[in-house]
Amino acid sequence: MNVSTGMTHRTTVQEGKYLAAFDSFQRNGAVGDPEWIHQLREAAIARFNVLGFPVARRGNEEWKYTDIRPIAATNFQPATGSAQLTLPPPDVDRLTFGNPGWSRIVFVDGVYSQELSALTSLPAGVSVVSLAQALVTHGDMIKQHMARYAPYESEAFTALNTAFAHDGALVQIADGAIAEEPVHLLFLTTGRQQDTVTYPRVLILTGKDSKATVIESYGSLDEGRYFTNAVTEVRMGSGSVLNYYKVQRQSQQAFHVSNTNVSNASGASFNSVNLDLGGGLVRNNLNVLMGEEGCSCVLNGLYLLNGTQHVDNQVIIDHTSSYTTASELYKGILDGKSHSVFHGSIIVRKGIQKVNANQVDKNLLLSDQAEADTKPAFWIYSDDVKCGHGAACGQMDENALFYLKSRGMDDKLARRVLTRAFATQVIDSIGNGAFRAAVGQIVENKLEEWLEAGESR
Amino acid sequence: MSTGNRAVKELASQSYQYGWVTPIESDTAPRGLNEDTIRWISAKKNEPEFLLEWRLKAYRHFMTLLQKEQLPEWANVHYPSIDFQDIIYYSAPKTKEKLNSLEEVDPELLKTYEKLGIPLGEQKRLAGVAVDAIFDSVSIATTFKEELAKYGVIFGSFSEAVQNHPELVEKYLGSVVPYTDNFYAALNAAVFSDGSFCYVPKGVRCPFELTTYFRINAQSTGQFERTLIVADEGSYVSYLEGCSAPMRDENQLHAAVVELVTLDNAEIKYSTIQNWYPGDEEGKGGIYNFVTKRGKCAGANSKISWTQVETGAAITWKYPSVILQGDNSVGEFYSVALTKGYQQADTGSKMTHMGKNTRSTIIAKTISAGHGNGTYRGLVKVMPKATNSWNFTQCDSLLLSNSCGAHTTPYVEVRNNSSHLEHEAFTSRVSEEQLFYCNQRGISLEEAHRLIINGFCKEVFKQLPFEFAVEATRLLEANLEGTVG
Repeated sequence: MNVSTGMTHRTTVQEGKYLAAFDSFQRNGAVGDPEWIHQLREAAIARFNVLGFPVARRGNEEWKYTDIRPIAATNFQPATGSAQLTLPPPDVDRLTFGNPGWSRIVFVDGVYSQELSALTSLPAGVSVVSLAQALVTHGDMIKQHMARYAPYESEAFTALNTAFAHDGALVQIADGAIAEEPVHLLFLTTGRQQDTVTYPRVLILTGKDSKATVIESYGSLDEGRYFTNAVTEVRMGSGSVLNYYKVQRQSQQAFHVSNTNVSNASGASFNSVNLDLGGGLVRNNLNVLMGEEGCSCVLNGLYLLNGTQHVDNQVIIDHTSSYTTASELYKGILDGKSHSVFHGSIIVRKGIQKVNANQVDKNLLLSDQAEADTKPAFWIYSDDVKCGHGAACGQMDENALFYLKSRGMDDKLARRVLTRAFATQVIDSIGNGAFRAAVGQIVENKLEEWLEAGESR
Repeated sequence: MSTGNRAVKELASQSYQYGWVTPIESDTAPRGLNEDTIRWISAKKNEPEFLLEWRLKAYRHFMTLLQKEQLPEWANVHYPSIDFQDIIYYSAPKTKEKLNSLEEVDPELLKTYEKLGIPLGEQKRLAGVAVDAIFDSVSIATTFKEELAKYGVIFGSFSEAVQNHPELVEKYLGSVVPYTDNFYAALNAAVFSDGSFCYVPKGVRCPFELTTYFRINAQSTGQFERTLIVADEGSYVSYLEGCSAPMRDENQLHAAVVELVTLDNAEIKYSTIQNWYPGDEEGKGGIYNFVTKRGKCAGANSKISWTQVETGAAITWKYPSVILQGDNSVGEFYSVALTKGYQQADTGSKMTHMGKNTRSTIIAKTISAGHGNGTYRGLVKVMPKATNSWNFTQCDSLLLSNSCGAHTTPYVEVRNNSSHLEHEAFTSRVSEEQLFYCNQRGISLEEAHRLIINGFCKEVFKQLPFEFAVEATRLLEANLEGTVG
């Protein structure tokens, strides 16, 4: 809802480099793609050139707490795929959340890897293919959806991704299909080349009355500096349920910007859990359009930060239809000199009635050098609505700590238990049991590691 | 359909009761803004050199901002751009000489106040209230001055303070709101005409509630008043400010600055009822109320409390704030903002925690009706050294029509992990269940609405000094009168 600041922009040296890279990409990288996508890319790069990176520090409300000049200033080169990579089983196990049996599509440095993917036993009614391949085989179908939900006209990173959109995942759930087992989209960055950029693109289409679980995860093999600029578009079918779990576990030097745009449908439920467990400078835009009557969404998130990590979650829920329900719960645990940002906007348009919406952001500050900035906002142009929001920031409750100690726990264990308990509300909202347990374990290990390292007293 | 709709129609048609013009001769500055205007104002008011210099610096800063087009555009309000050269920056009722008693005051003015129901002088109902009434830009009459002088309290117009206590003015002017603070603060610093000044000496508990009334009268006059209140160590003062303005077709700019300073163990309570002309049913005319209000708890254990009831003005842009600098200092903000017709209000508070064990509370209630748009905008900022600081924020909105808007944009910035912050907000319309409950107890729909709305505002109204609480309730009820039935 934030009105664009109307800043004028001149192409800087850095943006110029993307323009140059684009020329070479259009000529060499994607010549086989259909004509319409060439046109789309041209339009998107032109738009990026107009928008530029949102680096302004004055009057730049949407990026108030997140300075992306480090991204703009780094000379990122398009990654050249390392599709021939083989992974030892422990790595596979780690990257698949201990469930190597789940169907997965794997991308290495932005390029589909057939060897690492496992798509032979997909749940019935679920289709997962590489977008680059689908552009050739299903071009006309993709044309109907691509760039329709993620607006490259107004968002610079979406424009940049759209300009370089080539590979990624196309997920289709057939009408009435009920898939119990999750499908996993794994974007792996090797970090073996310094300063590379990848543009993962995901399109998820759910059929009428279908139900599915999609895990979209971003992992890395080495610590290194790279930039991931991801765009995911979701078009919900009427009455469908999609559990969408995004996990970001990139390196502590990585830059990660993601735009997830969801178009909700009548009677459909979009449930997401966003987990930020890694990354150096991270920005997630999650936009849900509540465009048809009776749709609902549950958007939860958890971020665990230490060191100098910076994670910014911007969540916009736009109610353009009546009888819609939304609920939002983001929680953060901050240690070291980390910095978290939460910016939630709930918009209820004029004439839209019977809307229930709730948003909450809570932060637990473990260190006295961490910073939490939060802004849960409402924009309500109607009257028959019930909207609530809340935010809280603070340290561990001394009384709760005392209670646990009086029951015989030592200080360290008591702190770990309470910190873990703080995260539970979000973790428990993960529907799939195996994945929930895996995430719980990852969080616990991380907290233990922190306490061992003594970062949190 | 429901009661809400009818309520809106009635709200929108409720006419402004305080709209008339007092036909008196004014001594006005030439239209427009340049260095000469500043010098003209300064000379007119016989100001010392430091003040003129300060005004000129502010003027130059303002012109730089204007040239760079750095106008504040972040607020959720919409209005055509203002031509700053098309404003008369100073307008004073022509006074022959210094006035000694009420009898000497222009009877037209007295009639005006009578209509507003302002207790000027030692009068019956509100006896015990000292009044420093600002008519347009110049202080007309000050009462209770001698009584206050006994306690060493300095209270009067800003111009008088400049003449009689230049050292105090020089020390504190701009110490809380520097002229570089924002666009309208810069404009105000350059052209401010008059305002109120109050100094409460060490250990004194001011014996009266101090009151000022502001009115905008002469056509196309911007009113730029400046208020400075200093509470020295261990002192206490409660200050009340009420506003209403006559009906005009043109939008008038009101850019005021209020600065409060409390030293160790001092307390200031500042209450406002703002009832400027809100424009007509089509949203034509009305006052632009762009105000910078800020207090600084400079001393330890000091306290600043803001209470405001905002029912008027076409556009309100106002964030009474507190800088909690002293250890253990306390900041409070209580607000009710009503928008109806085409009114727009973007208001809230800013609490900056700097000292240890600082506490702040924000209670903001927004009521939107008709095509009104109310926005709560607040910032709670905890600096790294504000150990054990505490904040509670509650900002609720009540929606009375399907074409109004209620928006909430709270900012929370925490840089200290021992602080505790809670924020909650709720937005809804008057619930059918509550109305039904009242109806079945024999309470009419209109009465039920009034009850519920009064209940919604109660937390804020109870913070007001008694006379103001009565006035605030009356004002709100008048606005909601005959809404349903």
